[in-house]
Amino acid sequence: MELVLAIAIGALYAAGIYLILRRSIAKLIIGLALLSHGANLLIFTAAGLERGRPPLIPEGQTEAAMPIADPLPQALILTAIVIGFSVLAFALVLFLRAFQTVGGDDLDDMRTTDT
Amino acid sequence: MNLLVVSPILIPLTAAALGLMLWRWRRLQRLAGGIGAVAGFAAAVVLVATVWRERILVTELANWPAPYGIVLVADLLSSLLVLVSAGMGLLVTVYSFASTDKRREAFGYYPLFQVLIMGINGAFLTGDLFNLYVWFEVMLMASFVLLALGGERPQLEGAIKYVTLNLIASAIFLAAVGLTYGVAGTLNLADLGDKLAETDNPGLVTTLGVLYLIAFGVKAAVFPLFFWLPSSYHTPPVAVSAIFAALLTKVGVYSMVRVFTVLFLHEPEYTYHTLILTIGVLSMITGVLGAAVQSEFRRILAFHSISQIGYMVMGLGLFTPLALAGAIIYIVHHSVVKANLFLISGLVHRRQGSHELKKIGGVYLACPALGLLFLVTAMSLAGIPPFSGFFAKLALVQAGLEAEAYIAVAAALAVGLMTLYSMTKIWTQVFWEPAPEGVTDGAAFPDDPSAGPWGMVIPVAILAAMAVALGLGAEFMFRYAMAAAEQLLAPAEYIGAVLGRPS
Repeated sequence: MELVLAIAIGALYAAGIYLILRRSIAKLIIGLALLSHGANLLIFTAAGLERGRPPLIPEGQTEAAMPIADPLPQALILTAIVIGFSVLAFALVLFLRAFQTVGGDDLDDMRTTDT
Repeated sequence: MNLLVVSPILIPLTAAALGLMLWRWRRLQRLAGGIGAVAGFAAAVVLVATVWRERILVTELANWPAPYGIVLVADLLSSLLVLVSAGMGLLVTVYSFASTDKRREAFGYYPLFQVLIMGINGAFLTGDLFNLYVWFEVMLMASFVLLALGGERPQLEGAIKYVTLNLIASAIFLAAVGLTYGVAGTLNLADLGDKLAETDNPGLVTTLGVLYLIAFGVKAAVFPLFFWLPSSYHTPPVAVSAIFAALLTKVGVYSMVRVFTVLFLHEPEYTYHTLILTIGVLSMITGVLGAAVQSEFRRILAFHSISQIGYMVMGLGLFTPLALAGAIIYIVHHSVVKANLFLISGLVHRRQGSHELKKIGGVYLACPALGLLFLVTAMSLAGIPPFSGFFAKLALVQAGLEAEAYIAVAAALAVGLMTLYSMTKIWTQVFWEPAPEGVTDGAAFPDDPSAGPWGMVIPVAILAAMAVALGLGAEFMFRYAMAAAEQLLAPAEYIGAVLGRPS
């Protein structure tokens, strides 16, 4: 299972970086989304995968029998997804405004502030 | 729960929430922003005074004990930086009262400003890596909107680069946090300091260290990750540029200092410090050379920030108490001075209607006081005694000589000279040369002989006075910074305080 997820993460990162390197802002924003998905999946995988062993302590005992699925990474990912979602929503609006102001979605037309 | 440690976060949050509730009443929003800034400053002063007595304050949120819950830790460095952020927040808020246009105010300028301060304070105070990520995002979100607010074309173009590069850095940071949890099973900084020291996988830990270096390097705008800064910092209104230049990059530098003094100590000579020192030196040089070719007031200042960040990073790279103390003084000094230069550029713009050096001139003749304020600040930036920059540079150079890092010292001194060149360029073209034809100084305000409205002049004057005071009162500043640096270099105290072990 780790192997499949590792390949998926690699593919997400590769696709994300490829899209970010394109000149169109529409592709740029999809690339950013893929990159953050890759990072989320990475947290999920790096923290260890455990199937069918919920982190519950059986009645009458004080400790769960190891190994158990770790709930913390999932809480982290949940937070990261929410943040990523809101940031992406803002970025979409920003890019739309830039598209309307500049009159195109080519990043090469947006170099007037560069030095 | 210690309310004092939480207040630098709670006060701006309350002020921002109040401001949002008063959305339709612009004047009340201003009031909420102002009260929040004053209260935040007062809380930060009390925090620093308390931490100076007790050395370190830890508070466990919702009383979940560390390392399971999230802790806020105020040590000497954190609380000093909270004071800087609150102080700069207050002064720039006052400046904004006089300079921000009604449209921006109507679209939530002051609540956003408070959210920005909250994010910055949170990043300084948190003792948990994932929480640090969250505060970074809070800060970034507010800064994104402040940067783009107004929707002028340069702002949007700058914002795209700023948003993209910072989101990539956030993704790298998040990935590093996930891998750290996979390696150590905890994200509490103090707990990690324990666990990473005795890891059985030093190779992976080194990788993590470099990932953090990249993520924070983008936020701090060091060589070669700085490209977002010179293309965005000069686009928003001057007050926004000033608060960005004063605080945002410092959060990156602070995170670097925190991570590389608590977490990654397992093979310091070989892995990080040479690398960090090299990055610092290259940032200094590229920043100052980049500034030298610019011909716009704000662009010179923005590009120049990169070289100043280099000095702070150099202090971390040398990794001695004196060097870290120098870096800490530098952070404070640079916040004050660089923000002030931006604010002055705003005053000049108000008089002459441009930021292009070619289109302005003769300000000294028209308003000597403004020239004097600029001169004091610029000399301080270049490190001329007795102003603040001199002592920051002196500490770094001394530490460099002690560590026999002669190239870094030579670079630091040469870059100081080059700084003087950039500042002289501004001084000559803006203040000394006669105004170009067709430009009359203060044409827009013929009956106003003063430097500008008091709301804009007073913060500038206070900051210039700070630059002098930090130089004349260098001894006290130095004692504080030295204590903070020694605390950083003995992380056992930090770890013990958080995990509740008697040190």
